[in-house]
Amino acid sequence: MADLTQADVLRLAKLARLQLTHEEVDKFQKEISAILGYVEQLQKADVGGLEPTHQVTGLTNVMRPDEEVSYGTTPEELLKNAPATEKGHFKVKRMLN
Amino acid sequence: MSTWPAIAQIAADVSAGKTKATDLVAESLKRIQDTQEYQAIIAVITDRSVVRARDIDARVAKGEKIGRLAGVPFIAKDNFLTFGSETTAASNILKGFKAPYQATAIELLEAEGAICVAKANLDAFAHGSSTENSDFMTTKNPHDSKRVPGGSSGGSATAVVLGLAPFALGTDTGGSIRLPAAFTGAVGYKPTYGLVSRSGVIAMASSTDVIGPLTTTVEDAALVLDVMAGKDRLDSTTIDRDKTSYTVLGSDIKGKKIGVIKEYMGQGLDPEIKRSIDASIAKLKTSGAEITEVSLPSLTLALACYYIIMPAEVSSNLSRYDGQHYGYFAQNAKNLEESYNWSRSEGFGDEAKRRIMIGTYVLSSGYYDAYYKRAQLIRTKLIKEYEKAFSQVDFLLGPTAPMVAFEIGQNVSDPLQMYLTDIMTVGANLAGVPAISIPVGSAHKLPIGLQLLAPQRQDRALLALAKAAEEVLV
Repeated sequence: MADLTQADVLRLAKLARLQLTHEEVDKFQKEISAILGYVEQLQKADVGGLEPTHQVTGLTNVMRPDEEVSYGTTPEELLKNAPATEKGHFKVKRMLN
Repeated sequence: MSTWPAIAQIAADVSAGKTKATDLVAESLKRIQDTQEYQAIIAVITDRSVVRARDIDARVAKGEKIGRLAGVPFIAKDNFLTFGSETTAASNILKGFKAPYQATAIELLEAEGAICVAKANLDAFAHGSSTENSDFMTTKNPHDSKRVPGGSSGGSATAVVLGLAPFALGTDTGGSIRLPAAFTGAVGYKPTYGLVSRSGVIAMASSTDVIGPLTTTVEDAALVLDVMAGKDRLDSTTIDRDKTSYTVLGSDIKGKKIGVIKEYMGQGLDPEIKRSIDASIAKLKTSGAEITEVSLPSLTLALACYYIIMPAEVSSNLSRYDGQHYGYFAQNAKNLEESYNWSRSEGFGDEAKRRIMIGTYVLSSGYYDAYYKRAQLIRTKLIKEYEKAFSQVDFLLGPTAPMVAFEIGQNVSDPLQMYLTDIMTVGANLAGVPAISIPVGSAHKLPIGLQLLAPQRQDRALLALAKAAEEVLV
């Protein structure tokens, strides 16, 4: 199960929105297979009768008041880090060719 | 190497007008300048710190009360959002990013008069155990410049040991505060999960990420923790803090029940480290501690468990870096999809890509049950073993790492070997329990760390024990 093919690596890259070079595909195929091989040891453990842990301190459904809060930053400040903006909006490349 | 007075003393002197905040900041900036060859610092916050220091001195002159950290310079790992410099997480994808707000931890420290003078190097996005995964540079160990300082908070640990500032902030997702503390000879504190707000800290694995101090003494760590601890409306996972200050530390080892973790003392542990830890245990026994051996069998699976849960959360947390809102943007992309793919591929380093893909794999349809869900079940199993251990003893003890600081370049071509560095630290993160590394003795002429752990929310008791142990052992 742990030995990934090149096609597996390319599929993962596509799902993760990464564009890999041929060298990267080779390298990651070996490295990720080795890491998945290491974590394989969990398959042997007895996990009968256990519930999965999602949150360690026992918190559930933390609510806050439904009210407007000012964080002291303006939309202009938030847009300052954007690579491209137009009329106070984020500008992105075209979606369709 | 560090030559700062106790943090409480510095603040008292500034508040009394005996020491000037401007002089402290100037001293800190000078030391940063003088130690550049260690490559501990990514960015220096000169203007803002000088302005803040002048303001503090002026307010002291007018008789105003400043706070418990009046004029104390500190250094934040560069995954804390701060004003006055870029915040990069040591990743090319965030080069040039200026935070529009500050981390809650930074705000709380500043409110007590502390001054953030610089940002420390780390493995990019805190992914690593040596700072070699930083996209910018590798920090050098202050005791041997051919060796790594540990990671991912390696810049912070080195900064503290070199005395660049009285304290530094780090983050600990699988050992990233404790490991560099052990490798450099600093004190590194990982609080109970949720005790310090994560708001404004660049997320790695949200179910294990914690924030904590790196210092030269336990007392300093307790004071910094006390200022940062508590519920924050900007982080819904924060928990109630102790009503009593974390600086109120009794210091008696006598009668304390300490369990030595069997799984950490056997195979794989450097014999010289073992000898030193055994010597520490003997001294604690002489001081009246009741020492027993305790076994947590699932600890042998903790690292494998962590290397499923952590990348799963990393893959989710790093999905926000898409080149559109901030950070690196691939100019030549023709459409939106290319723009996502190219921005991420050119902006992320190898380790981020590896973790994103492993995370994507273990969460993907068909593999979720075999990997992610199974890891969550083993996490439960491990937590139950900690609970059982803590029903028998008050604290757990072991080494922080199985090895001393390794040479730069030694593990870079083998990611799995690098991951094994975390083998003794990840357990505390998976269980959310507090843990501290204090420097005790040396092996191969390099520092080693003694790790102490306590049940969740027993941070004050743990700091008290660590302080008492420090008096006997350091």
